[in-house]
Amino acid sequence: MNVVADLQKGLDEVLDVYAIREQFPILKREVKGKPLVYLDNAATSQKPQVVIDALVNYYTNCNANIHRGIHTLAEEATAAFEATRDTVQKFIGAASREEIIFTRGTTEGINLVAYTWGRQNLHAGDEVIISGMEHHSNIVPWQIICEEKNAVLKVIPVDDNGELILEEFEKLLTEKTKIVSVVHVSNALGTVNPVKQIIDAAHAKGAVVLIDGAQSSVHLDINVQEMDCDFFAFSAHKLYGPTGVGALYGKKHILEAMPVFQGGGEMIKDVTFAKTTYNDLPYKYEAGTPNIADVVAFKAALDFMTETGMKKMRDYEHELLAYATEQLEQIEGLKIIGKAREKTSLISFVIDKVHPQDVGILLDNRGIAVRTGHHCAQTLMDRFCIPGTIRASFAIYNTKEEIDALVEGLKKAIKLLV
Amino acid sequence: MTIQQVEDEIVEEFSLFDSWDDKYEYIIDLGKRLAPLDDKYRVDENKVRGCQSTVWLGAEYKEDGKIYFTADSDAIIVKGLISMLIRVLSGRTPDEIINAPLTFIQRIGMTTHLAQTRSNGLLSMVKQMKNYAVAFKIKNSQLQ
Repeated sequence: MNVVADLQKGLDEVLDVYAIREQFPILKREVKGKPLVYLDNAATSQKPQVVIDALVNYYTNCNANIHRGIHTLAEEATAAFEATRDTVQKFIGAASREEIIFTRGTTEGINLVAYTWGRQNLHAGDEVIISGMEHHSNIVPWQIICEEKNAVLKVIPVDDNGELILEEFEKLLTEKTKIVSVVHVSNALGTVNPVKQIIDAAHAKGAVVLIDGAQSSVHLDINVQEMDCDFFAFSAHKLYGPTGVGALYGKKHILEAMPVFQGGGEMIKDVTFAKTTYNDLPYKYEAGTPNIADVVAFKAALDFMTETGMKKMRDYEHELLAYATEQLEQIEGLKIIGKAREKTSLISFVIDKVHPQDVGILLDNRGIAVRTGHHCAQTLMDRFCIPGTIRASFAIYNTKEEIDALVEGLKKAIKLLV
Repeated sequence: MTIQQVEDEIVEEFSLFDSWDDKYEYIIDLGKRLAPLDDKYRVDENKVRGCQSTVWLGAEYKEDGKIYFTADSDAIIVKGLISMLIRVLSGRTPDEIINAPLTFIQRIGMTTHLAQTRSNGLLSMVKQMKNYAVAFKIKNSQLQ
């Protein structure tokens, strides 16, 4: 009896990919007459039925503008909207719900910090540190504010394996460093950065730290209190949720001291022509009618992940990564870019004498969706002296058979192209 | 042959292929056989925007009153597509190029088959070729 129970327990700890696939209706469609093989998950993940249902249900049954209404629909919509805030708080281990601000996504979260915290705290000669593997979203906002404030933008270099060179980071850190804004997991390489170490070192110098969690939040257990980051920005659409919504976490005392971002409804306490006073957290940063429906559906995505089990998902993704790495490495002329010791389920690669774009087109012709190009990380591509890569990124609904299809597709493409 | 006739000819050729695999094989072959680009054209001003790959497009207006295009790309499928555009548009007068309908791209299914971002690259190339024609036409009328 114990053997059966143990076996069952063992099975429960393993992800049933076919049961998972059943929950994602889009995976049943065909592309170019072939079954869709979706390997562009680092760009955006597909959505499970529960998320689609949450969106439909919101508009079908409880659409109303939130917070101000006195009627039943407004109360229900407000409750659903605020329930997501509680779920996000739990999901990333924040100390309080006031620390969760809804945004349009990671990009807006970073911009919010650059335009509010940055505008208040950066002065001429101050330094901002980012890394050499940032997405453009974590470069450009800092460039803009640094230019405005005559502050200096410094970059942590990346080594040949696609890891940050921490000794160089330590040298960049000075008393002038006011903020360090680094990516948790590289969207172009899959590298998991040692953020805890970076945060501790930055704090020792009195700098605050923003973590770009766009790629990490779907793969890693996030606990902002343990991490001790000051800001953490991420998007719902990368973790099986809807597009156009994300969350910014900020430590309460920092958010309270920051100036407002956008002005408008919801973010105010009292408005007179002489002076306006602002609302409390988190509403202070949520001007205007938010993306209510998508925020509501965001909760369904987080619940889906929690119920599926983060560890189970991570184990399965690692299995896919290991299998794909092993299979891809056998293709002649293929070179994996980014061989960090710790990676999420993403492989970027180039192939001798073959342009990534050609490969992307030929794979698409076989129903296989990958991303080609610079992945909004041009500076990182320059670092490796390549115009771009082919990137296959895996989610919990991908299978080894799909990786086989990718390998087969690549071999056929190479044969045609070379 | 008129531009229209060359376009019809390309559509006819593509109709012989059963599958997109074969069509791509043909386009790749065209790309591989495209005449090499003179280094003098390989400059930043000749780069076509809107492409994931790098495309250089050179144009020369010759004494016969016609424009001759040469091009290159680091991506072979794009090169094949350029090769078809050159076949249709090179050695034509500015007016012919400006007025060319270029329906063949749509008729061979390229616009619907290529992802939007990529077909944008193709459209940028067409636009650049037509821009050259307009520029040469204006330059001509100023000389006369």
